[in-house]
Amino acid sequence: MAHNKVIYGLYNDEEELLRAVKVAKDKHLEIMDVYTPFPVHGLDPILGLSESRLHIAGFIYGALGTLTAFLGMTWIFTKDWPVIFGGKPHWSVPAFIPITFELTVLFASIGMVVTFYLISGMGPGVTNDYLDPRITDDKFCIAFDEHDLDADSASSFFRETGAAEVHAKHL
Amino acid sequence: MSHYVSPIREPLVTGNKTYHQITEDLVSPTEKAPTGSWIIGFIIAVSCLAFGLFCIAWTIWHGIGTWNLNRTVGWGWDITNFVWWIGIGHAGTLISAILLLFRQKWRTGVNRAAEAMTIFAVICAALFPGIHVGRAWVVFYFFPYPNTRGPLWPNFNSPLLWDLFAISTYFTVSLLFWYTGLVPDFATVRDRAKGFRKKIYNFLSFGWTGSAKHWQRWESLSLVLAGIATPLVLSVHTIVSFDFATSVIPGWHTTIFPPYFVAGAIFSGFAMVQTLMLVTRKILKLEDYITLAHIESMNKVILVTGTIVGVAYLTELFIAWYSGYVYEQFAFFNRALGPYWWSYFGMMFCNVITPQFFWFKKFRRSIFWTFLLSIVVNIGMWFERFVIIATTLARDYLPSSWSYYSPTWVEMGIYLGTIGLFFTFYLIFTRVAPVVAIAEIKSILKSSGDQYTGPNAHAHHHDHDHALHAVHSAASSDANHGTSGHVDDASVLTMEDDLKKLEGIGPKVEQTLKAAGIKTFQQLSSAQVDDLQRILDEGEGNFMGNSPESWPQQAKLAYEGRWDELKDLQDRLDGGKY
Repeated sequence: MAHNKVIYGLYNDEEELLRAVKVAKDKHLEIMDVYTPFPVHGLDPILGLSESRLHIAGFIYGALGTLTAFLGMTWIFTKDWPVIFGGKPHWSVPAFIPITFELTVLFASIGMVVTFYLISGMGPGVTNDYLDPRITDDKFCIAFDEHDLDADSASSFFRETGAAEVHAKHL
Repeated sequence: MSHYVSPIREPLVTGNKTYHQITEDLVSPTEKAPTGSWIIGFIIAVSCLAFGLFCIAWTIWHGIGTWNLNRTVGWGWDITNFVWWIGIGHAGTLISAILLLFRQKWRTGVNRAAEAMTIFAVICAALFPGIHVGRAWVVFYFFPYPNTRGPLWPNFNSPLLWDLFAISTYFTVSLLFWYTGLVPDFATVRDRAKGFRKKIYNFLSFGWTGSAKHWQRWESLSLVLAGIATPLVLSVHTIVSFDFATSVIPGWHTTIFPPYFVAGAIFSGFAMVQTLMLVTRKILKLEDYITLAHIESMNKVILVTGTIVGVAYLTELFIAWYSGYVYEQFAFFNRALGPYWWSYFGMMFCNVITPQFFWFKKFRRSIFWTFLLSIVVNIGMWFERFVIIATTLARDYLPSSWSYYSPTWVEMGIYLGTIGLFFTFYLIFTRVAPVVAIAEIKSILKSSGDQYTGPNAHAHHHDHDHALHAVHSAASSDANHGTSGHVDDASVLTMEDDLKKLEGIGPKVEQTLKAAGIKTFQQLSSAQVDDLQRILDEGEGNFMGNSPESWPQQAKLAYEGRWDELKDLQDRLDGGKY
């Protein structure tokens, strides 16, 4: 990552944060990111985040699982090694339903979880720079990149919106 | 916050918590040295586990002949325990998935521990079929993979194979769901840790930062996983019941089995959650997060599912008689009045009669009765599986092959071993991970904290949109003036601390400090002593006797919630002076 100077303000409450984000959007300030200790409801639309498409990926992985299971069992029992079980037809669709369902769920969940970590730049052993250790505790943070907003305007913004603390950090 | 909460709803977080106190309360059990009761519990659990491992080794070395299974009773304690453990696991997924979809906020207090319980219970369950197959070292033959035996594939039409797929999927999905929920909380632990401990939690937290986009994806992921885990959990016990229901054994091949097994699974699972959580909340002092409201809600689930199970037992009896089929009639006659009558009556008493006490609020909200009945239900559900399996098999179609089955010490030892395994894992879990989901508790605080709802509420929430609207108009009409004047009650509440709790600060000093903008312990903790002195000098009144030298240190302890240390410090201080 390039060495960017980040100016960030910490708020004590999510409602102060929401108001501050709203003010920043009204003033057309470019927010680098917002960090919170828990998912703050109502933040995404104000911040202008588009809806996550993770569930679409989940659907595709699930469909892949359905096809893998159903076509796999079909191929095995009709082409590769047809065995007669209790005089039933080789291609006994109702009996394939449970495994088809299980693999649909399995593929969808593994696929979605792996995708989530990959696109979020997370994973076992990954260390991402974070601005302040109290963000995972009780602080709500708005961060500006210095390229987008100079330090003086940023700190006056934070002062106006009631931030408890203002800091700068190189990332 | 965003959802309207009726004022008659009971608070789910008590003790007037702030976000920081929540972190403090929930992370500190992982930071302190283990207590004596934990160590004793751990030693007992590991001893049981060790004996269980010895019995498993004994079984594998000498063969299944060391069990008392015979030609007539081919499934005994092994499959009984398997079904029992799988059932116990179901409560975790129900709480985390189904209650998430139903937006039940009380799930946040117990979901983490219940999901952990699911994972450990499934491990215990999977052990039994694994060793029951006899040659445990070739158990991978169950999985369909291209092989040199033909290739010979497993029988995809068999419920036993469906079970393999169901349980391995269930285990994987539960584990992913649980771990994804843990990642933000591991980050909280990481950010408080130092040294080697920080390295470990840095690894475990996957580089979590708390970015808004990550939270959005995290919530989307949780919701979809909950959506697909819901039919999954129903499918798992349905498929377990197919192991019996697709056979031609009287008493087994009934269509009532799937719903009856699923209800029984949730019933036994909640009983186990109650048993564990009542002990956990006591030992880890989590009474503010797992309240009587949580316990009562779970007791209601136990009452409903217990009653469904009771209705299923009676339906089975009625249908056996009504079918006019002598073998079916005999199977149920044998269960109730045959050689295993004691297990049938144990089952009826524990599962049908005792949960009915929970119609009474007094019992639902009594810790003693809840604990006692949760153990009774666990025993009763074990009897149910034993009745279905061993009792039914012991008297089959041919009286000449009738048999009586009782377990050997090896079978009992393996069962004991799985209980040891379960508690060993659970006890380790309480040491390494926050037992209550920190981020989720924080997200319900504003709607379910006792300062916002219930009889002791003293803070009110302005509707969001209103507040935002006010700010919006203020910002656009007078941008220079800013919005610092717009602070609603709730934020005032969380922004001001009672500074008088510190030695050397009285009401007048507090007033002066707050007038100067120092309103919280945290602000005071980072203030310079010189600055504080200047504030006092410039303030109205005579503060000659007050020395601020110890205030930042005291405030730091207060901010971090280290009240015991603060008290020690104050004992040493003289009027706030060192």
